[in-house]
Amino acid sequence: MLREILDTFLKFLRTFGAMVLFFVRVFLHSPAVFFSRFPLVIKQVYNAGALSIVIIMVSGLFVGGVLALQAFANLERFNAEDTTGIFAGFALIKEIGPVITALLFAGRAGTALASEIGLMKATDQLSAMEMMAVDPVRYVVIPRFLGGVISMPLLTAVFTTIGLAGAHVVAVEWLGVDVGAYWQQLQQALDMEDVLEGIYKSIVFGIIASLLAVWEGYNAIPTAAGVGRATTRTVVITAIAVLIFDFMITAAVSLR
Amino acid sequence: MQQTRTMELGTGLFVLLGIGALFFLTTQTTGRNDFDADETFAVQARFENIGSLKTRAPVSMSGVTIGRVTDIQFDPVSLEAVVTFVIDSKYDQIPDDSDASILTAGLLGSQYIGLQPGGSSFFLEQGSEILYTQSAIVLENIIGKFLVGGRPEGDEE
Amino acid sequence: MTWSRKLSDYLIEVHDVDFARGDRSIFKNLSLTIGRGDVTAVMGPSGTGKTTLLQLITRQLVPDKGRIIVDGVDIASLSQSELYKLRQRFGMLFQNGALLTDMSVFENVAFPLREHTELSERLIRHVVLTKLHAVGLRGAAYLMPGQLSGGMSRRVALARAMVMDPDILIYDEPFVGLDPISMGVIAKLIRQMNDALDLTSIVVSHDVREISEVSDFCYVIADGAVAASGSPDELNADTSALVEQFMHGLADGPVAFHYDAPDYEEQLLGKARGN
Repeated sequence: MLREILDTFLKFLRTFGAMVLFFVRVFLHSPAVFFSRFPLVIKQVYNAGALSIVIIMVSGLFVGGVLALQAFANLERFNAEDTTGIFAGFALIKEIGPVITALLFAGRAGTALASEIGLMKATDQLSAMEMMAVDPVRYVVIPRFLGGVISMPLLTAVFTTIGLAGAHVVAVEWLGVDVGAYWQQLQQALDMEDVLEGIYKSIVFGIIASLLAVWEGYNAIPTAAGVGRATTRTVVITAIAVLIFDFMITAAVSLR
Repeated sequence: MQQTRTMELGTGLFVLLGIGALFFLTTQTTGRNDFDADETFAVQARFENIGSLKTRAPVSMSGVTIGRVTDIQFDPVSLEAVVTFVIDSKYDQIPDDSDASILTAGLLGSQYIGLQPGGSSFFLEQGSEILYTQSAIVLENIIGKFLVGGRPEGDEE
Repeated sequence: MTWSRKLSDYLIEVHDVDFARGDRSIFKNLSLTIGRGDVTAVMGPSGTGKTTLLQLITRQLVPDKGRIIVDGVDIASLSQSELYKLRQRFGMLFQNGALLTDMSVFENVAFPLREHTELSERLIRHVVLTKLHAVGLRGAAYLMPGQLSGGMSRRVALARAMVMDPDILIYDEPFVGLDPISMGVIAKLIRQMNDALDLTSIVVSHDVREISEVSDFCYVIADGAVAASGSPDELNADTSALVEQFMHGLADGPVAFHYDAPDYEEQLLGKARGN
């Protein structure tokens, strides 16, 4: 019994160690790869970012709208409908924008990254590169990682902006909040620091989501079932990691 | 080749859109960066109580933002708050006996510094100190005084 | 003197190699040599670690014990960059070709050139089309890998494996899943390439007939060690039970038809009797 627990623990420790070493390797080579293989990076910005833009925009619009609805319904009771903008803006910029974008990214781009790399492994493409004396980490993994890292803050910004527009449409056009009040209240309540908090979060989430996706793909068991499992794990692990980090960043910022 | 073009076009659009959104968020959703001057001069003022004034709060005169708070310190000797703020250099004819008060935007809004012009023929310049100051009105104090029948602090003049 | 002469005859030597995956031992004291300029076949029943052997020779895996010497150098002693330099002397053909799926046939063959040389675009084009012509697929240069049949993929992969003019070509199960015509084409190419370009070839396979036709020397691997070796004719004439079973495709023999199981009768009747 004790032996089994110890074994499980050691196995966990080994996986974790391998993960850290992999991450260090990815980080160390990233700057060089960014410059020497720029076209590959651009291609991955397209795959991870440009192809996610529609889902991000549609989601942003509706999330912004629903925030405005909820905020209005509650604020109305205190005759404070004018502050709907503050509520929607704060929520979108600091929390919901970065977090939902990261979750959508995990589902749309993260799974694509993991399954693509896993499939390349299953069809011996990674070994073939090794045999052609090309490091697959540098050729396959890092450009995808960088593509994700670059895309996430941009996607988050688009999500948040569209979200604000969605909230604007619901609050101003539909519920009749004064347009001046909506934006002025929002602008007065928000500091640059709040916007920066959202941007920092999106950068951190971009690194986490991209790293976990390429890790799962690179370490997938090279069979159809293994790749499928890696894809599922990518979404689950990324979601958990993003939410945990979100809590930690928010705590660090607000308890400062 | 067609594929490459779609990709380049899509990526370009996406990045532009993203940068545009970032630009929008950083400039249009925050209210505090409407003050933007290349050359400024720093002025100090001492307050008994600054309330919840923060750095980067605007400094305004006649309702126009002319500067921004850059630093807030506590002087352990005089037991006062020392607020440093910068004013756009093009406003170089503000009388040096002007007085500074800490005001609140709206009933529960954020606080800022309001300058009232004095009558001196000398002007504020780099390193000047404003001597006449009025502290922030702390809501609890007013309510407290009101309840015991006293007059609120800020009503004297 | 005789010793050094002998050394140069063998391009690859595997000495007393042990290798295990987890708890499962794959090789135990495996030793074999690959002759310079030969087509050497490595055969054996499924699951005997033939692919693993290739991975050991190219140091994608490291043995638990023993030495592997390529052209007089112990490959365990190589640094990463020396290893990559050595690997450029290898060309490897993977089971299903392992073409990079996001680029065209032309780009796949050009890939090693673009990565490792500074050749001009015109020269690259020339080299790539020459190699594609050699495998008969010059006309398919601008197709994507997804549009190729299994046999064509492998021929493209062969062109890619040859593009850096390697000394050693390694084929991992080149015949699996191919129709008889494609099999014949690949077999012919293996022999032709080897002789025309002065290569040393290693072919891992269990297609006895095809491999007998093209190889100079064969190894049969079973139970983690070399079970038999010799020219194809010698092996065909071999009368030891295992080689005979393997070469002639008999269902039962030393490699049992039945997976280890409790006694048949007892298992079937055991439950009824128990009741």
